[in-house]
Amino acid sequence: MSPRRAVITGIGVMAPGGTGREAFWDLVTSGKTATRTISLFDPTGFRSRVAAECDFDAAALGLTPREIRRMDRAAQLAVVSAREAVSDSGLEPERLNPHRVGVALGSAVGCTMRLEQEYVVLSDHGRHWDVDHAYAVPHLYDYMVPSTLAREVAWACGAEGPVALISTGCTSGMDAVGHGARIIEEGAADVVVAGATDAPISPISVACFDAIKATSPNNDDPEHASRPFDLNRDGFVLGEGAAAFVLEPEDEARRRGAHIYAAITGYATRSNAFHMTGLKPDGREMAEAIGHALHEAQASAEDVHYINAHGSGTKQNDRHETAAFKRSLGDRAREIPVSSIKSMVGHSLGSIGAIELAACALVINRGVVPPTANLHTPDPECDLDYVPLTARECRVAGVLSVASGFGGFQSAMILQELGAVRG
Amino acid sequence: MRARSVVTGIGVVAPNGADLEDYWAATLSGRSGIAPMTRPAASSYPLRLAGEVPAFAAEDHVPGRIAVQTDRWTHLGLAASAMALADADADPAAFPEYDMAVVTASSSGGTEFGQREIQKLWSRGPRSVGAYQSIAWFYAASTGQTSIRYGMRGPCRVLATEQTGGIEALAEARRILRGGARLVLAGGTDASLCPYGIVAQFTNGQISRATVPEQAYLPFDRRADGYVPGEGGAMMVLEDLDEARRRGVTDVYGEIVGYGATFDPPPDSRRPPNLRRAIQVAFDDAGLTAGDIDVVFADAHGTPSADRLEAETLVSLFGERSVPVTAPKTMTGRLYAGGAALDVATALLSLRDQTIPPTVGIHRPAFASALDLVVDQARPATLRTALVVARGHGGFNAALIVRLILD
Amino acid sequence: MREFTLDDLKRILRASGGESDVTSLEGDIADIAFGDLGYDSLAVLELAGRVEDEYAVVVPDAAVQELPTPAAVVDFVNARLREAVSR
Repeated sequence: MSPRRAVITGIGVMAPGGTGREAFWDLVTSGKTATRTISLFDPTGFRSRVAAECDFDAAALGLTPREIRRMDRAAQLAVVSAREAVSDSGLEPERLNPHRVGVALGSAVGCTMRLEQEYVVLSDHGRHWDVDHAYAVPHLYDYMVPSTLAREVAWACGAEGPVALISTGCTSGMDAVGHGARIIEEGAADVVVAGATDAPISPISVACFDAIKATSPNNDDPEHASRPFDLNRDGFVLGEGAAAFVLEPEDEARRRGAHIYAAITGYATRSNAFHMTGLKPDGREMAEAIGHALHEAQASAEDVHYINAHGSGTKQNDRHETAAFKRSLGDRAREIPVSSIKSMVGHSLGSIGAIELAACALVINRGVVPPTANLHTPDPECDLDYVPLTARECRVAGVLSVASGFGGFQSAMILQELGAVRG
Repeated sequence: MRARSVVTGIGVVAPNGADLEDYWAATLSGRSGIAPMTRPAASSYPLRLAGEVPAFAAEDHVPGRIAVQTDRWTHLGLAASAMALADADADPAAFPEYDMAVVTASSSGGTEFGQREIQKLWSRGPRSVGAYQSIAWFYAASTGQTSIRYGMRGPCRVLATEQTGGIEALAEARRILRGGARLVLAGGTDASLCPYGIVAQFTNGQISRATVPEQAYLPFDRRADGYVPGEGGAMMVLEDLDEARRRGVTDVYGEIVGYGATFDPPPDSRRPPNLRRAIQVAFDDAGLTAGDIDVVFADAHGTPSADRLEAETLVSLFGERSVPVTAPKTMTGRLYAGGAALDVATALLSLRDQTIPPTVGIHRPAFASALDLVVDQARPATLRTALVVARGHGGFNAALIVRLILD
Repeated sequence: MREFTLDDLKRILRASGGESDVTSLEGDIADIAFGDLGYDSLAVLELAGRVEDEYAVVVPDAAVQELPTPAAVVDFVNARLREAVSR
């Protein structure tokens, strides 16, 4: 046994459809969806006008007026979820040695929302290329550098150890948690607040996915727009949110009698070096990442009892990862329940990988597998057990979660119940 | 046995030299790349000077199909990566695909590309946003494009910690080599000298208002009033020492032997800053002490309070005037994601040639009794081990120690 | 009526997709698939967007997939331009 193996002792979630971890769990096990017509701005004229938004009241959740003024929405979501995770862990922040606390935060698009809002003012609605500095807000540079998001979480959690923002597009969330686990294993910190945040529901982000027809144009039926693995799927639905974990070395967590949700036993990332947005149908590099994650966990396909799919709902993704599961897990892939919570909470880019890992840890803890909502007409090319429509009770000791992102990044992580851990 | 991470190739694109040897010659001779800004028309901005890479044309380095879908920051990164691979005499086709990886630092992504598309959106409507915005602006663009260009399918990464990013990228590369990879391209570049980028940078309150290049970025000088931003950076090829030798590499720049990273408490805290501890962690990681360090490449922020903190930190670790300290970035400006990467590259060249490049423009040293600052002229010295110090906006501290391979 | 020629397409393609490293655009490329010319799906989407912008035509999502060659794009755009005149 590796004494410094990273375990999850606290979870915080700010996802569409409810505030906090328990509301998130209730939503994703209900099969209900949080996708709706965009309300954060007027989406008239955009191709896709659907998104999964957080009903987020920063003041009610404890942020001060000063913090709200300073922080981009992505930072606000991150700080609230980080505080929930620390509180859930039972750690007393004032008793921790700040030097031994680290942060590994993921984000794909940083503080885009404030960056765009400020640009609109300084350029007079895009009239001037030479933007007017006289009207700039003092925190504009903070929004330009996404590392500010990690700074805010570090300040909120009193972290003075290694702090980093990981930005590998839509695998950022999983990669940040993987990075945090490495920091624990290497001994550079005893507590790492790891997770991810993104708040991309702003005109420029919606427009950039419009331009490549990646998002669903199902504007007339927003509740059913995110349809992973369904024959009638027509693109992903943008989301927003954050999730955070408290990671500790297993021996320390045991010593203090912490509640341990799961151990992070395997993590790997590979790149397809093929195309910035395109995926080959064979799923080769994702399969390679899955194989390595299993190898690191000293686990086999038999030890995987649930797969949390990337399941974005684009035609190419769903086929790509279905092939990757078969390639890496063989016939066992047909026996394992696979689901995509993006059907309910949308695709929040870099943050969703962490939100999905939160679901995975809770699946292990609670013995319920969330369904894939809106899956009424299976695509014959996606022929695994995607747990359509309703949640399923089953004992789950080991979970595989995967993420796939622009840039060609493919990541895989294994979470296991402590009793199931080998090696 | 644990991999020994050595640098076998370096690619540089800097304001005072658009390739490795041009940059190094300029740096040793004290030739600065800081000049009146040409791009964009800067007359309306309080910032008049910058470290632009003047001699860089994307079409000389980046295939046309890729150039249109990427920002200048990525162009600079692709160019530096190509030069690093050539310098290492490493042909990616000769390495197993999953044993190669790319790690870049990104400070602000494709700022100019992003500004252009946001402007189109707001002036002409959502349908005018182009297909490349989704892949050009985001922070992972350079890593993704580099991985695709060379078929590098191993564990790739992007780290965003502002000016410490280059050190974080190299530390991550070392981690990846220890995990079994054979070649990692790592470093960082930056290019955010478009109007929105400049205006945003100016709001941090740390940019020099000087209008004459010679007076603009004067760390550890009594006239210090901030820094000058620049563009460019460095990419490096990292390999395991034994593996590199096995493929016939004879010239190794040096080994990454120590790394440390810490974060500062919030500004309103009564707790002390953590720069010293980052350096101490790097010493411990390397199994070295202050006495083993032959030269320090300082962060050299150029604002009086940050300079004082760094000077006091170095004195507390090394004693007064007991190690040469230099800041060749006075000739490039601060390059954000490219800054620490270029400093590490410069430190390795310094070890190679047993010469410390100078800090330029310092005529009224503020800490002459505390720091042995190498000014004006390069100084020959016996060098085995160099410490590179970096700080990133918001409270990031990092230190990296590189050491010559002697045997 | 304004006409959209193969030369117009080449001009926009050079600007939007960059110079191909697979083949020169100088020759008779009308019936060569964009992929074989070295242009991927993003380049075709970018081309479509710029044609829409400059010629004030709308290229529906499905049409992008159904326009595999320069000739197909030229024919499609000219058909839309004729419709606009006759309307």
